[in-house]
Amino acid sequence: MLKVDSINVYYGGIHALKGVSLEVREGEIVTLIGANGAGKSTTLRTISGLIKPKNGQIEFEGKNITGVPAHHIVSLGISQVPEGRRVFANMSVLENLELGAYLRQDAKGVEADMAQVFERFPRLAERKSQLAGTLSGGEQQMLAMGRALMSRPRLLLLDEPSMGLAPLLVKEIFAIIKDINAGGTTILLVEQNANMALSIADTAYVLETGRITLSGTAKELSQSEAIRKAYLGG
Amino acid sequence: MEFTHQLIQQLINGVSLGSIYALIALGYTMVYGIIRLINFAHGDIYMLGAYVGFFATTTFKMPFLPALIMAMAVAAVVGIVIERAAYRPLRQAPKIAVLITAIGVSLLLEYGGMILVTPQPRTFPAVFPAHTYNIGGIIVNNQQIVILAVSIALMVLLTYIVHRTKTGKAMRAVSFDTDAARLMGIDVDRIISITFAIGSGLAAAAGVLVGIYYNSIDPLMGIMPGLKAFVAAVLGGIGIIPGAMLGGIILGVIEALVSGFISSTFRDAAAFAILIVILLFRPSGLLGKNVREKV
Repeated sequence: MLKVDSINVYYGGIHALKGVSLEVREGEIVTLIGANGAGKSTTLRTISGLIKPKNGQIEFEGKNITGVPAHHIVSLGISQVPEGRRVFANMSVLENLELGAYLRQDAKGVEADMAQVFERFPRLAERKSQLAGTLSGGEQQMLAMGRALMSRPRLLLLDEPSMGLAPLLVKEIFAIIKDINAGGTTILLVEQNANMALSIADTAYVLETGRITLSGTAKELSQSEAIRKAYLGG
Repeated sequence: MEFTHQLIQQLINGVSLGSIYALIALGYTMVYGIIRLINFAHGDIYMLGAYVGFFATTTFKMPFLPALIMAMAVAAVVGIVIERAAYRPLRQAPKIAVLITAIGVSLLLEYGGMILVTPQPRTFPAVFPAHTYNIGGIIVNNQQIVILAVSIALMVLLTYIVHRTKTGKAMRAVSFDTDAARLMGIDVDRIISITFAIGSGLAAAAGVLVGIYYNSIDPLMGIMPGLKAFVAAVLGGIGIIPGAMLGGIILGVIEALVSGFISSTFRDAAAFAILIVILLFRPSGLLGKNVREKV
């Protein structure tokens, strides 16, 4: 479904991604794990079109999408939940969700998807007209996910959904991610919480200072000695 | 009694002057909100609007309302062109480069305008017969009523656009977090163009209204009101739409009170004294929250 082929990304003079390649197959949950600053977010931002790679190619459903601007990427069926949620704090929950459906013309479909989001996240339904900035961290994460789902993506990119959340909430969020995937949405998940990520993923990649150093099935990786030492706390 | 009369009289004058500042300040604040640029050419768009209104009513003999709409439309197009040609190529450049460009655009409009329409001030025609009403000693003329009515109508329309329409929501989203807005599928460049169009249209409306009120227009007429509208925008909290409206009205009222009770020569000093006081004690403006800019 998604093929990233040896992309190089620079931030000014810094070589942030050094020939990163990865593949996401339809229906899978793929996780990209690695330490802070390894380039995980940069990878997602490049796929979403917020950053242009210097070279290399990104292919989605057979189409070359390298260098396509971000607002077109959304219409192709890729949606991102950015790191730190990035909800529109000065707007209501409802307005945030409406913005998620910004490109859609099918009012009926949007309404149905909105109802579905509220079903999946009942806490958002209770806070429809509340400003997003007044929500708790967990609720904001749910809103950011609901907002991304409003564009009806076939591929959902999640950037550190567990960041700053209590362990119980992290569990809840990961259960929801599994559920979204079960509903037919392919997922590319970036996480520092390698334990949780490997527990729900099918395939995993390890990113270290801009390079993919390891990849395999999530099961293989969670049993690998090197990974256990570096990311899973022994 | 004499004092109360005078006070009410100056308040009325101040509110009509203030609504002009508010209309110009809105463009400053909207553009700042979306690309963090103080568009110093904005005051000259107001001048441009006054001239389009002038030629529409004289050369083309248009009545008031069509002339107003025409001025707003022309200014909107010019605003879009300026953004495309002068600011968009500098999107990634340091802010100071864009600011200097804005000053350059301002000078181009002022002195280019002089070549086109001559530096000679022109007398704005009376588009409708002047009436003054004397209500218990307080003088109100129909021009003031028209200024207030048009300004209120435009501000209500703007508030509706910003809060109720899809484009308005996109504008707020871009202003809050540009990258997050892109991830929603919002074409940020298009939203910036629309913002320049709306801001320029409002400034042009102010230009036409001032032409009617003061009867005289010239190519440099935008400098002072442009600076004062900038003060108004900072006073209300730059980037905040209701702040620009409030800041404009307050500034107009203060100016009217100063000219009425002290001396009209202190009028401009009062406006800039406000800027200094605000920058010292409440840099984020009356309606602004004290938040540090994100890096």
